[in-house]
Amino acid sequence: MTAQTTQHMIETHGLTKAFTARKRTVEAVRGLDLTVAPGELVALLGPNGAGKSTTLRMLTTLIAPTSGTARVAGYDVATQPQQVRRAIGYIGQGNGAGHNQRGRDELVSHGLAYGMSKASARSRADELVDSLDLTQVADRKVSSLSGGQRRRLDIAMGLIHAPALLFLDEPSTGLDPQNRANLQEHVVALRERYGTTVVLTTHYLDEADSLAERVVVIDHGRLVADDTPARLKADHAGDRITLAFDEVVDAANAAARIVRGHGDAEVEHAEREVVVRVASGARLAPAMLVDLQDAGLPARSVEVARPTLDDVFLNLTGRSLREGHTADQPATDQLDPIGVSA
Amino acid sequence: MSTATLTPTLTAPSNLARDTAIVFGRELRPVLRDPFSVVFSMIQPLVFLGLFAPLLGNVPGLSGGALQWFVPGIVVMSCLFGASMTGSNLLFEMQTGSHERTLVTPMRRSALLMGRALKEIVPVLVQAVIVIAVVVPFSFELHVAGTVVGLLMLSVFCVGLGSLSYALALAAKGADWIFWTVQQTFLFPILLLAGMLLPVDSAPGWLQTASRLNPLTYVVDAERALFAGSFDGSTVAAGFVAAAFVCALGLLVGGRAMRAAD
Repeated sequence: MTAQTTQHMIETHGLTKAFTARKRTVEAVRGLDLTVAPGELVALLGPNGAGKSTTLRMLTTLIAPTSGTARVAGYDVATQPQQVRRAIGYIGQGNGAGHNQRGRDELVSHGLAYGMSKASARSRADELVDSLDLTQVADRKVSSLSGGQRRRLDIAMGLIHAPALLFLDEPSTGLDPQNRANLQEHVVALRERYGTTVVLTTHYLDEADSLAERVVVIDHGRLVADDTPARLKADHAGDRITLAFDEVVDAANAAARIVRGHGDAEVEHAEREVVVRVASGARLAPAMLVDLQDAGLPARSVEVARPTLDDVFLNLTGRSLREGHTADQPATDQLDPIGVSA
Repeated sequence: MSTATLTPTLTAPSNLARDTAIVFGRELRPVLRDPFSVVFSMIQPLVFLGLFAPLLGNVPGLSGGALQWFVPGIVVMSCLFGASMTGSNLLFEMQTGSHERTLVTPMRRSALLMGRALKEIVPVLVQAVIVIAVVVPFSFELHVAGTVVGLLMLSVFCVGLGSLSYALALAAKGADWIFWTVQQTFLFPILLLAGMLLPVDSAPGWLQTASRLNPLTYVVDAERALFAGSFDGSTVAAGFVAAAFVCALGLLVGGRAMRAAD
């Protein structure tokens, strides 16, 4: 299916969605302006409730915007929902395949739903079953499949009509690390092979970081940043140097000395530890250590961490994305230490 | 591989009949794959047939004998049970996410409802055949022409009832307890007031009035006439009017609920 000739795959202006519950109106998405070019792989990143899924549901015609406009694949979501639906694939948070159906049956009827002939829906289903490693389970009842298998079936359903634009809403939530990696590989391969435009939402920092070329950070329904992961980190968060000292007083003196020496650095000091946030921290650290040594304040240990997208989010919003996170994502997972010495 | 080679052949433009057929086929497939599920949903009607019908032996006012009077009622009952519960399938698919997936396809919203509702006819007909097969050896007198017309009427009724059940599932927004509370609250009064289990002829006046306001009463009366081979004009006509009314109401309410899901 070819999209109507268009410069942008997605173009929104002032896209807003307000929900009214018990006479209180809550704006889930507030005036979102977003453009996505054909072939891009974009991650919408934000905490739960930031408005990512609501945005996706408007772009996929599942809910109508309260105000603002959105064109998807060249068509207006409000006035041409039918055309939008033909052009896009959508993999929601739940399971697309009915639990009392068989996987292959669902793929075929999903293909028919997009106007494919029975023969082409069948051969396309076979192809997807093959490429998503579902051969063993495609003719079993969906309810008997494992979570990872069901998720791969969802992906196959989203791809049945070879959409030019694919939306994935929290694709890896509930998957174990191995299945998450597997799913990410499929998304990358899909894009390399077919040039599909991919828009996904996630609250997994590492997923946005490793998968997407472009990260759109959303908080409280607003776009707060939009760039490559590398540029976001360079612009919005410095490296983090953590210095430990033998005495509290040494740490205090060292903090004061660093503040004098590096006006652009953010310095925090607690107990025997000093945390310095500064651009190019990895390059500055050796000289900083020598300087402190000369001043009679030798550090006992030092750790330099590259910024993560969480640091970016923290800087942009004053809150951590990891707050309220469950134990399956220990904080250390997201640190990326590049140098630890004693 | 280039994008072009991937483009699948799209043969048909979206149209209501094709979309309805796709939904119908999808809904029917689990039944065909597992035909026993139809029999399973019949356990209750069969229990009534086996354990309740014998109690009717000495009840006065049952035209043509207890079995002849009771069987049409039990056929309507299996339709009533099956079609009123069918919304739970949609409810489950709303919870798992597969209903949402059908909403992002270009299929017509009304087809999503009609395909599902039309599928209700299949188990109703299969169940009617099973009930009749069970009772014929017990000297049940089968009138083929009347029975065929009766099942046609019942099909119209159950499309409407199935649609109402789907509308209820959509209105419940995936909440099981709302669906089952409302379904159970309506099911038994409608069943009892229709004179399905016992005749309402000797009931108090207020109950007879309530019975006359119940569309199902007219369907049950007409089924009894037709199963007995009588094509009594006004009774059969009233049954068809009532079935058509429920069908139109169901498609209207259900179609509206499905479109509101946008």
